Amino acid sequence: MNKIEVRQATKVFGKNPKLGLELLKKGLSKKEIKRKAGLNVGVSDASFHVEAGEIFVIMGLSGSGKSTLVRLLNRLIEPTSGSVLIDGEEITRMNVKDLRRVRRQKISMVFQGFALFPHRTILENTLYGLEIQGIEKNERQKRALEALEQVGLKGYETSMPDQLSGGMQQRVGLARALASGTDILLMDEAFSALDPLIRKEMQDQLLDLQTNMHKTIVFITHDLDEALRIGDRIALMKDGRIVQIGSPEEILINPANDYVEHFVEDVDMSKVITAGHIMSRADAMQVDRGPRVALQLMKDAGLSSLFTVDRSKKFLGVIDADDAAEAVKKGKTCLEIVKPIHPVTVDTLLADLFEDISNASVPLPVVDEQGKLRGLVRRGAIINALAGSYPSLTRSGVKQS
Amino acid sequence: MSQTILPKIPIGHWADLLIQWITNHFDTFFGYIAGGIQGFVNSLVTLFGFITPVVFILLFVAVVFWRRGWGAALFTLLGLLLVYDLGYWAHAMQTFALVVTSVALSMIIGLPLGILSGIYDPFKKMVTPILDFMQTMPSFVYLIPAIFLFGTGMPPGVVATIVFAMPPTIRMTSLGIRQVPADLIEASDSFGSTTWQKLFKVQLPLATPTILAGINQSIMLSLSMVVVASLVGAPGLGADVYLAVTSLRTDIGVEAGLCIVIIAMMLDRISQKTRTRKVKK
Repeated sequence: MNKIEVRQATKVFGKNPKLGLELLKKGLSKKEIKRKAGLNVGVSDASFHVEAGEIFVIMGLSGSGKSTLVRLLNRLIEPTSGSVLIDGEEITRMNVKDLRRVRRQKISMVFQGFALFPHRTILENTLYGLEIQGIEKNERQKRALEALEQVGLKGYETSMPDQLSGGMQQRVGLARALASGTDILLMDEAFSALDPLIRKEMQDQLLDLQTNMHKTIVFITHDLDEALRIGDRIALMKDGRIVQIGSPEEILINPANDYVEHFVEDVDMSKVITAGHIMSRADAMQVDRGPRVALQLMKDAGLSSLFTVDRSKKFLGVIDADDAAEAVKKGKTCLEIVKPIHPVTVDTLLADLFEDISNASVPLPVVDEQGKLRGLVRRGAIINALAGSYPSLTRSGVKQS
Repeated sequence: MSQTILPKIPIGHWADLLIQWITNHFDTFFGYIAGGIQGFVNSLVTLFGFITPVVFILLFVAVVFWRRGWGAALFTLLGLLLVYDLGYWAHAMQTFALVVTSVALSMIIGLPLGILSGIYDPFKKMVTPILDFMQTMPSFVYLIPAIFLFGTGMPPGVVATIVFAMPPTIRMTSLGIRQVPADLIEASDSFGSTTWQKLFKVQLPLATPTILAGINQSIMLSLSMVVVASLVGAPGLGADVYLAVTSLRTDIGVEAGLCIVIIAMMLDRISQKTRTRKVKK
């Protein structure tokens, strides 16, 4: 079952939101509605789902409606139409009491400006969610301490928020959300206020934590690099609409429209494209064939060397034509003349291929996790990819995430 | 008042009728209130009389020292000794009792109204013009209906003082609550706080400095109004000032006025917000 499901959620701000809905139905754009009716369309017809354990990133520029969208998920903002389901329960129809239960037990949130309570100590901030649930004092302190330890802030319990640096404050924000023990974490530009180094550190920490926690995380950001780093799937927003949803690779490689393309054009592709994306089919010979066969295959293909694999297609190395010719004369087997070379894996980044390819005399063999040969990367393919074209994209080689 | 082409709207007459109507129908009710106020102030005065001036002075010096440090404490000590020395101690205690009663009642009424106005927009819209009215209507005017409803003496003085002194408490409480940053409110909501939890755990603690500033203003205003209230027979230092004015006695005027200033400054120092505590242990 989907952890979160959003069906055609729309939010129009202003005095007469119903009018906004009608205008949207007529196909007017956000700008036109603003000009004609003075209404602000926050989110328009957003539908998506988030699976349990997934990091779902909602990305867009400021004013694209991403912060509004995330607030529809816990109804901090009331949608004008459409519905939001958490664990199959339609929270958009809940009464105040049920909504409060969902907020206490299922969803917690981390804010861009940290939103720590300045009059409470770090510990008191962290246990806030437990306190309002009426959890017994020792128990809530214990759980809050655990959460603080998780984010690496043990020893700061009695400090006040303004005594901590921005990065540390946001860790408290994260600890406060974790302490409630909810499955779903909403992170609204949680790291955007931090400087780049700290931001990266926080991203790493979040990913680290996530490997143990398996929370369902909805992460809002305007930073594409951040989205690519932490997102399992990314939804791109523009003018209140979701323009594309997909894995980071899908969004980069097949932008749905000009907007997405423009958004992603500045990305350093060498840090996104992997060997799997640009490899081509590799001809290989099983090593138990004789050197004559090897020579013949090379001749047919017009090559001076040949990859060899064992019976289970595991990559062994390369045989070159001179060695094969000599082996024929001296009666050696192919196994004796195989030169082992270092293969790269399918998910090796383009950026990490440069050194390998410049030292190699033959194309780079590409193997999967089991060491089986999956393809090869030629020098030309790397240059093409850097130039922005990936003609040989095959889904088979793309890392499945 | 010259006659204009427009017929005069009899607002004054209506006000008169309204007060008459209220007096006729709720006389006993207001009688009880008057009795209550009278009893409360009297018991305070008795209490202050029972505590000897020395104990009272030391008590206040201690409180001021705790709130502001030794400088203000020294001022309080010298100031109160001067009041005692000039012979206005008993009247000062009456004034003090009136102020305490008025401020206590304005807080009891004003804080809940301020909170309501802080969290509920329609109420704020309704109450704002009323507060403007209460604050700008010349304070003497309140004394007139107060006499009709509560008779003369202490009770109408206290009631008029409350009406005059309460608006800052309401306004600043409302303002303090509204000034709590929106993301803190969101954070509190996002964890599933009830309205009460949000109010007592987030809004009120953060609004406290502003609320205290409002109460401080209310105290100052009530002190000035207590003097005016002597016009309707409220006792205390105000009565001395009133006497001084009507009989052109500079000496009494200056002395009693000085005593009021001393009490005002002392109360101001006590109720002003102190430095915010940084570290909580």
